Amino acid sequence: MDLLNAIVVLANFVIVPATAYGAQLALGALGVTLIYGILRFSNFAHGDTMAFGAMVTILGTWGLQSLGVSLGPLPTALLALPLGIAVTALLLIGTDRLVYRFYRQQKAKPVIYVIASLGVMFIMNGLVRFIIGVDDQRFADGERFIISARNFRTLTGLEEGLAIRTSQGITVVTAIIVVVALFWFLGRTRTGKSMRAFSDNEDLALLSGINPERVVLITWIIVAALATTAGVLYGLDKSFKPFTYFQLLLPIFASAIVGGLGNPIGAIAGGFLIAFSEITVTYAFRRVAGHILPESWQPEGLMQLLSTDYKFAVSFGILLIVLLFKPTGLFKGKSV
Amino acid sequence: MSRIEPRNILLFGFVALLFISTGFFQSWNTALAIFNMGLVSAIMALGVNMQWGYAGLFNVGIVGFTAVGGLAAVLVSMPPVPDAWAAGGPRMMVAMLAGAGTIAAAIFVWTRAPRGLIRTAALLGVLIAGYVIYRALFDPARDAIEGVNPALTGYLGGLGLPVVLAWPVGGLFAAGAAWLVGKTALGLRSDYLAIATLGIAEILIAIMKNEDWLGRGVKNVTGLPRPVPYEVDLQNSSWFNNLADSLGADVVTFSSIFVKLSYAALFIVVLLGLIWLSQMALHSPWGRMMRAIRDNEVSSAAMGKNITARHLQVFVLGSAVVGLAGAMMTTLDGQLVPSSYNPLRFTFLIWVMVIVGGSGNNWGAVLGGFLIWWLWIQVEPIGLGLMQFVTAGMDPESPLRERLIDSAAHMRLLTMGVFLLLMLRFSPRGLIPEK
Repeated sequence: MDLLNAIVVLANFVIVPATAYGAQLALGALGVTLIYGILRFSNFAHGDTMAFGAMVTILGTWGLQSLGVSLGPLPTALLALPLGIAVTALLLIGTDRLVYRFYRQQKAKPVIYVIASLGVMFIMNGLVRFIIGVDDQRFADGERFIISARNFRTLTGLEEGLAIRTSQGITVVTAIIVVVALFWFLGRTRTGKSMRAFSDNEDLALLSGINPERVVLITWIIVAALATTAGVLYGLDKSFKPFTYFQLLLPIFASAIVGGLGNPIGAIAGGFLIAFSEITVTYAFRRVAGHILPESWQPEGLMQLLSTDYKFAVSFGILLIVLLFKPTGLFKGKSV
Repeated sequence: MSRIEPRNILLFGFVALLFISTGFFQSWNTALAIFNMGLVSAIMALGVNMQWGYAGLFNVGIVGFTAVGGLAAVLVSMPPVPDAWAAGGPRMMVAMLAGAGTIAAAIFVWTRAPRGLIRTAALLGVLIAGYVIYRALFDPARDAIEGVNPALTGYLGGLGLPVVLAWPVGGLFAAGAAWLVGKTALGLRSDYLAIATLGIAEILIAIMKNEDWLGRGVKNVTGLPRPVPYEVDLQNSSWFNNLADSLGADVVTFSSIFVKLSYAALFIVVLLGLIWLSQMALHSPWGRMMRAIRDNEVSSAAMGKNITARHLQVFVLGSAVVGLAGAMMTTLDGQLVPSSYNPLRFTFLIWVMVIVGGSGNNWGAVLGGFLIWWLWIQVEPIGLGLMQFVTAGMDPESPLRERLIDSAAHMRLLTMGVFLLLMLRFSPRGLIPEK
């Protein structure tokens, strides 16, 4: 019985949150990795793109709520998501036209793109602060839990409870749908194949008549969809605060690099790897140990490897290890 | 020294005019306060320019190096806390040694032991054992130190040395952090260094916010010793009163201006020294080699230059300059506030300075430092004025008007982003380009 309780505690505090967080990171890292594969630079504005998309969705949600529209048990934000994606896509295509296209024609070095993306980040950050402010915004509505801790306890008769929030369930389901759709698109459609060809070998792709501007355009649209979805899911799960989205940049980059930049499967694996390590390392295992170990062996401390304030250190540590021992990532990535 | 072009004198004259007009239209106190931070910003921009302008290295961890410089100011200048040292000082030192020893032992095992499963097992064993020992030593020491009068001290304090000594120490701290990052990320593709510096900056700031025993964390350290006299002492001394009278100035205002001028004098000495050193370095064979590497890595490698080692060298040097400036800034503020280290304010603003000023040119970086810092301060009142002008016709109670006026504060980020992009696009060599 004790072992069961220990597993439930672990699931409640580590496995369920890490799965949701991992799905959010994976979606973010997919966006970074696609830009890297097609446009060949690390986009520092990605965190703020997520914040922008989430912001538009929040504004849409508020609009729908004031009209009295709701999805019943599901959050209204899901209805507003397509709006967020569309506006973000327009913004990204606009920045591409105004900023990045010039450097593409110049065949600029990758680091110039990175600096330009810093400028874009500044502007997006300013826009988000300008429009919605710097404060926390909560926009989740509908049913809060799929299973609440109390229901779980009465259902199973166990001492410990397991809570699964709606936002966590939605995150995982949405992430699966998005990833399946993305892989179908990249693997089966003509446009997707031309994107992969462009990513593999630009010159060869141009020779075979692929229109680079079209590939770039579609990439930005997909990136807008991925970033907005990731941003909205993260905001539903935790809360929306522009600065946290900027800070997500590090775990997202770490996920993309761990998996191998430019490799979509790697980005997903990397997202989950980073999420699980971050939460495992910063979780206090005292209650788990309390169920497994006999009375006399009980630990005095929290059994926490690292305080939660250092969760960035986990992404960074993994990043350093990967860079030291396998710079192209666990899955084969590009190294330009 | 190179020939001075009239255009550059004009540019510097224009920036000087900005500061002088601030003095006339607002107050000399404000103008000098902006000028002093401008000096610090110019030094940071010099440091970043070494990395980017000389070597093409992209560092987005400036905020972290600035913050460790600030920590150095506390550790060097604040008086030690004897009770805290008695409570857990030696034990803490032993814990730190144990931590360092564990890492050294792990590196030793990894490099010396033969490849294979045994090596991996030994490495893990060393790391786990080392971690357990470290925590066993560290946790009680930390609790003991933080328990000593937490409202006032709760940390080990510093060495009680003159604060000016902290400036080079800040440089050393930053150099150490930079070496760690550079050693791992240099030699790989260029974006990796950027991402690694982003990470180290977050961690350095997290350490400063959370390790209360080291620098009081978010409880802040205030009242750092000053390298210049205090206003109150000046106001009470007769020579100063006589001086103020002979100039016909108000003693209180003049004392505050005098203090600011003293800081400015100290900072100008440091800035001029650094510019002289960087100009010498840039025009020496070493500087030519660095630029050759930046412009064509392959051919420089073919000439027998060790590119990764050179990059590491210049990366550490540049970060040290940023750390130095960080220590100076904390000295100027007289307090260490870890939560004020915002990457948007430090890292990205310094980048705007370097790009706008002229990458690869030391004078350009200095000009950019002053100009952008002045703009950063003044954009807010200008934006507010603009918003008030735009909304003048609206109903004073209208929520849109309030919203627009409130959000004027965020105009700075937008403006700086637009500046950066415009410069990068239309004048990528900056206001004072590299020759």
